Amino acid sequence: MKLLLKNREMLLVVAIIALLALIAMRFPPFVAPGNLANVYNDTSILIILALGQMAVILTRCIDLSMAANLALSGMAAAMLNAAFPGLPVPLIILTAVALGAALGSINGLLVWKLDIPPIVVTLGTLTIYRGLIFLLSGGAWINAHQMSDAFKALPRTSILGFPLLSWLSLVIIAIMVVVMRRTPLGRAFFALGGNPHAAVYTGIDVGRTRFLAYCLSGTLAGLSGYLWVSRYAVAYVDIAAGFELDIIAACVIGGVSIAGGIGSVGGAVLGALFLGVIKNALPVINISPFAQMAISGAVIIIAVAVNARAEKRKGRVILRKAEAAHG
Amino acid sequence: MKILKTLLVTAAVSVAMMATAQAETKKIALVVKALGIGFFEAANKGAQEAAKELGDVEVIYTGPTTTTAEGQIEVINSLIAQKVDAIAVSANDTNALVPALKKAMDRGIKVISWDSGVAPEGRLMHLNPSSNPLIGNMIIKLAADNLPDGGDVAVLSATATSTNQNVWIEEMNKVLPNYKGINVVATVYGDDLADKSYRETQGLIQSHPNLKAIIAPTSVGIVAAAQAVTDAGKIGQINVTGLGLPSEMAGHVKSGASKSFAIWNPIDLGYSATMIANDLIGGAEAKPGAELKMGRMGTVKLDDKNEGAMADPFIYDAKNVEEFAKIF
Repeated sequence: MKLLLKNREMLLVVAIIALLALIAMRFPPFVAPGNLANVYNDTSILIILALGQMAVILTRCIDLSMAANLALSGMAAAMLNAAFPGLPVPLIILTAVALGAALGSINGLLVWKLDIPPIVVTLGTLTIYRGLIFLLSGGAWINAHQMSDAFKALPRTSILGFPLLSWLSLVIIAIMVVVMRRTPLGRAFFALGGNPHAAVYTGIDVGRTRFLAYCLSGTLAGLSGYLWVSRYAVAYVDIAAGFELDIIAACVIGGVSIAGGIGSVGGAVLGALFLGVIKNALPVINISPFAQMAISGAVIIIAVAVNARAEKRKGRVILRKAEAAHG
Repeated sequence: MKILKTLLVTAAVSVAMMATAQAETKKIALVVKALGIGFFEAANKGAQEAAKELGDVEVIYTGPTTTTAEGQIEVINSLIAQKVDAIAVSANDTNALVPALKKAMDRGIKVISWDSGVAPEGRLMHLNPSSNPLIGNMIIKLAADNLPDGGDVAVLSATATSTNQNVWIEEMNKVLPNYKGINVVATVYGDDLADKSYRETQGLIQSHPNLKAIIAPTSVGIVAAAQAVTDAGKIGQINVTGLGLPSEMAGHVKSGASKSFAIWNPIDLGYSATMIANDLIGGAEAKPGAELKMGRMGTVKLDDKNEGAMADPFIYDAKNVEEFAKIF
């Protein structure tokens, strides 16, 4: 199975390189190193969010409320900054992260304690969180000139030639690799998604593990809230509207199985990058906006189709092993 | 019986008193979508200016506390009871207000709508802040005014299917030959999403190295484009302009990413609505082709749907944006 995942990641790497080559034929400056760094920076927020979503999907759940959580945490951070310009930025980030974690834990508790289907819970909280932004802000925008310079400058701060936003996503990728591979929690995500009943027998608390997955996705959404608002220097009710679908698409393209139990940090990151390259390339290769939507959609369906095939092959392999054991 | 008589007499006297009071000052009600919104407070400022200029007009500034049609209907009913002479309304719903406004017109009250209109049967005329041809001309003029030698400009719109933006861009293209040396090199769509608009702007900067201006006739797009130009270090090379709100654009005008942009002036709008209402009370008739007086704003000519356009969108730049940013 590990080999298969490796293959899949390799497949994605090849796909991304092929995509870049294709774009370069139409618009060569796109593949200049400086521009590729920009593309990575632009995709950083999607990568962070996709990693949170991956943890949730691994446990056979889904988090549709991530973009709404991002928007609410981001709005709270922006309003805090507008009201108290003297407040240190790290404190504001901490508030956004804490708020995001709290919003995620609400999802987790509803799934855990009330046993409501995750898609229903997060569809509900998606609407509630968006509504809360309106209540909080009264529908007003927080604009660039209301934010302090330090608040806007942080993700743009250049370290060794790369913006802090890019570095931050790299740090989070590293943390997630450790969490998923080296901690009991990470293994619990996989075990639970692979077979929830078997996981119970190995002593894993299914509800609690799912709760923690939602806390993780909420925390990352909260952090992304600050990053988003600061990067685009504007906060309003509809920021990141519909972005939850991009996050899920990144996971699916990256080989995270919607049925749970299968996925990897590398896959989710590559899935997000694949989408990021497309999103950044479409504006420069000069094609109709209607075709753009169709292309984005087609890519997702192709990815799911490839995914389904990959999973089927895995099934056959297990069966053969089982037969061999019996015979 | 006696009590009834007394009541009747009192009623008659009060009606008579009201009638004389009416002859002295005309009462014009300015009904807004909701109280406490900067845009409408500014409209009221204009209405009061008109009242002062006319001398014999009292403006009643009113509206519900939340932007609901139900709230506005209540307000209109109470204005009918107060026997105002005219109602100028910015409606929360095109159709829901019609019965209440019809009742007002049956009582001889002159009803007009402004900013956000009501269906034709519910008003005598509707005042649009501007018109599609005027807006189309303004957005290209904003770019051209800062490019005396001409140059490449691009349009960043909302979605490819947004009716308003498409009409404005179409009108802009019609008058494009009047602006010598200005080439529109691309039209891209940011879908009114901050992140997509930002990326589309980055794309424009990359694929058109000689780009001199970006026209964004949408409030999300103009802000995102200004931020993208700032982040790309292109302030001074690329001017972001279009339609936006002063409170949202103040920072970008200050930084220089946007030299100027346009949107309706709410003060002029409140002023004109009051002036038109006064003209109608004075006996002017609202019919297709009629010209109604708007004081310092000139006259408005009604089209076949009894609608008229006030003026060009108002230009905001470093000189006045701070002042208007406090209003809306």
